[in-house]
Amino acid sequence: MSDNHIKIEVDGKSLKADKGQMLIEVTDANDIYVPRFCYHKKLTVAANCRMCLVEVEKAPKPLPACATPVMDGMIVKTQSKVATDAQKSIMEFLLINHPLDCPICDQGGECELQDLAMGYGGDVSRYQEKKRVVKDKNIGSLIQTDLTRCIHCTRCVRFGEEVAGLREMGATGRGENMEIGTYIEKSVSSEMSGNIIDLCPVGALTSKPFRYSARTWELVQKDGIAPHDSVGSNIHLHVKGDRVKRVAPAENESINEVWLSDRDRFSYEGIYSDDRLQMPMIKEDDSWKEVDWETALDVVKEKLNGVIESNSAEQVGLLASPSATLEELYLLQKFARGIGSSNIDTRLRQADFSDQDLVSQFPYLGQTVSGLETLQSALLIGSNVRKEQPIMNHRLRKAALKGAAIMLLNPVDYDYNYPLEVKSIVAPEELPLELTSILKAVIEMSDGPIDTQAKQYVENVNFTEVHQIIASKLISSKRAIVLLGNTATAHPQFSSLRTLAGLIAKISNSNLGYLSEAANSSGAWLAGAVPHRHAGGKQCANIGMNSNEMLHAKLKAYVLLGTEPELDCWDSRAARIAMNDAELVISLTAYRSGEIENYADVMLPISAFVETSGTYINNEGISQSFTGAVPPLGEARPAWKLLRVLGNTFNLDGFEYQSSSDVNAEVMQTIGDIKAENMGHWRSPVAIEKKSTDLQRITETPMNMIDSLCRRAFSLQQTDNVSDGAIHINRVLADKNNLSDTDTANVEQDDSAVNLNVVIDDRVPDDCVLIQSAHPAQIDLGGSFGPIRIAKA
Amino acid sequence: MIDNIKNYVTSLFLWELLKGLRLTGKYLFKRKITVQYPEEKTPQSHRFRGLHALRRYPNGEERCIACKLCEAVCPAVAITIESEARADGSRRTTKYDIDLTKCIFCGFCEESCPVDSIVETRIFEYHGEKRGDLLMTKQRLLEIGDLVEKQLAEDRTKDALYR
Repeated sequence: MSDNHIKIEVDGKSLKADKGQMLIEVTDANDIYVPRFCYHKKLTVAANCRMCLVEVEKAPKPLPACATPVMDGMIVKTQSKVATDAQKSIMEFLLINHPLDCPICDQGGECELQDLAMGYGGDVSRYQEKKRVVKDKNIGSLIQTDLTRCIHCTRCVRFGEEVAGLREMGATGRGENMEIGTYIEKSVSSEMSGNIIDLCPVGALTSKPFRYSARTWELVQKDGIAPHDSVGSNIHLHVKGDRVKRVAPAENESINEVWLSDRDRFSYEGIYSDDRLQMPMIKEDDSWKEVDWETALDVVKEKLNGVIESNSAEQVGLLASPSATLEELYLLQKFARGIGSSNIDTRLRQADFSDQDLVSQFPYLGQTVSGLETLQSALLIGSNVRKEQPIMNHRLRKAALKGAAIMLLNPVDYDYNYPLEVKSIVAPEELPLELTSILKAVIEMSDGPIDTQAKQYVENVNFTEVHQIIASKLISSKRAIVLLGNTATAHPQFSSLRTLAGLIAKISNSNLGYLSEAANSSGAWLAGAVPHRHAGGKQCANIGMNSNEMLHAKLKAYVLLGTEPELDCWDSRAARIAMNDAELVISLTAYRSGEIENYADVMLPISAFVETSGTYINNEGISQSFTGAVPPLGEARPAWKLLRVLGNTFNLDGFEYQSSSDVNAEVMQTIGDIKAENMGHWRSPVAIEKKSTDLQRITETPMNMIDSLCRRAFSLQQTDNVSDGAIHINRVLADKNNLSDTDTANVEQDDSAVNLNVVIDDRVPDDCVLIQSAHPAQIDLGGSFGPIRIAKA
Repeated sequence: MIDNIKNYVTSLFLWELLKGLRLTGKYLFKRKITVQYPEEKTPQSHRFRGLHALRRYPNGEERCIACKLCEAVCPAVAITIESEARADGSRRTTKYDIDLTKCIFCGFCEESCPVDSIVETRIFEYHGEKRGDLLMTKQRLLEIGDLVEKQLAEDRTKDALYR
């Protein structure tokens, strides 16, 4: 036995333990249950509930198992009279102030206090005095408080400090007067705040959208995969009848641990939005008519064939949401290539595709998700990872707290919930220049062999101390990564950013990774739903148009899968014009909206995320399949079935699938091993253009606006993480233009102008205008980045 | 031999029949226990389990808090409840159906109710003429409760000693 292992005895059983472990960790590992409220394996030990008191031989008093380190030869009794008496007394104290109205409490049936009161509680309360009552606090649209029920375990407070990185919740007062709440009256704004619902052992913090709508024993738990960010968090869907009532995280240590972002937790509300399309509809003489599936498919065939015959198949463009499943995207590209069009894309929020042929099989994180927490340094380029991939941010935060150097290069000074080594906030046009400076610093400091071309390229570049720090951290760290975020992907010079980031990573001996946007951004590449690659990443002979080209080319026909181009695309204005001018728009959509009804000719209802079986491949390349948890609403059908039938309708070969797993088997066989090599796939850097004198537009997509589902989740739309349809400018620029918070500005981009409200936001660098996408007010402006003009309206 | 003669004589004089008639005769002159329903009715226990009702508090507020314990305990799965938060934030039912064609009148619902809301009244004379007549909705159950609230309250007070 090595020095680290010791032996203890619990309830007569001899157990092996590691030095430094707490007693409760050992008992948990050996299936010996010790009751607890405040202890949680992912949080620090507080030992304030005292429920886990156990008898330890030679100790004068019972000891809390969660805060007692194991010692060699320790003899512990968890069921002895001393231990159970202590536990029963604690339970009696806890029940003094806890209301005894379990029947109206939402936690009833899954309450840890209720469960333990059955075992340790008395049948009659000896307490006759007044019970304390705490006023409930409104902490936002997601979490309902019922603070009289609080037993002061402080799990939520510790979660805020240790995981969310925001001291939002806290305890004020002492003893009986102790209250949990936000220090100042405000809503909880963390992107992972929903986790305190799971953490709360009692009904003090419960889900607001779920409130009083079902009891836990009525719910059936089904497994699923979160459909929003590229993490692929594992989730449990709690289903009552045919409806998803709520979503909770499923434990997966290598992906989401036990956490879940709010977006993944509450977006299920969008499934039951009033906008759900429930019948196939066709447009006849500018009015919409509900038809049956057969008629709708006939119309699709007739109209699409009409366009193909009178023009060519090249006049058909297919845009798909990167949140669609692997099977759907595979069938869509098979359908597209079957009818003779290679114009298929899922990279909707991207503008620069110039080096798409050179890059790896799919946008790969460059390492594992769980490995992010062991990094020693990371350079994030154009990323608001905290809101965009909250679970990855949590991993990075863990690394940062362990001393890793997290460095930022961003066009907006986003708030991070951990200390950053350095950050450089520059206008988007300067991002490549900044990277060049970092590259120069890396080249100067590195002692390895360096490409002469790269050396020449940075010859006339200067660098500052910030660049030097970034370079030295990347070079000196064994585990370092350069990550390109969503803003970098959307940047008009993405290929330059990629090239420079790649060179920096290569010379500094780091990894290069992409933080991709949607649940299946990676899967989309592997499924071949990109214009230049077949499924599995093989180059196409016939390269089609990318999303941006499709919109600017004003094709005759568009097929949309789960996307609203005017909200989802890089150039919203071009998207709207292209859709409106097209002869034929076929929208495979779960939702109807005024815009879709305006431009579409056929709307085919597809199922929302929990209504279909499918597969998502996450940023790390893990393929995770799920089954449908509830039947689709109305006449909606899973998109893979619809695409299969569409393939049959067009008499295409290879559309004889019985189930989505048949499709999956075919895709996975084509893909083979999921692997990607980010390093060494870039072209040589091109000269960076000089800085223009115009104001520059920056676009961000707030976390709760990224797809049609989120945009229709009622509670998520009440939070701060939505588009406000305003221009965000810093004080300097506002003063220069004589604008204030209450003003409306006339915003002009290319040759269109709209009036938008002004928000003074000092996170935005000088001479830049931040606009949040996916808001109806800004659709007419145009591209996500580029010169923009503002004036007082 | 003797037994055979004895049997023969008793059967000849219809002795068994007379024995039976004696019992009939006895009851012919005894006090009658037949109840002339519907003019007359048998006395009922205060624990009688008849038609269901939903009760209200004296201030008119419905008692039911949508805890769904009755739905969970019902062995015949006759109760269907849907709930939501009412505008004032309290937990209320939006649907409370009892399918009386399924109900076996076991009284578990009444026993499980933490607020004495769902109760079984003394009413047993009801019928349904068409499909759906015996599906009691929240509205109908509350109306029954309002109708016999006085009796219900008395019965609960009587039973309080034993609960």
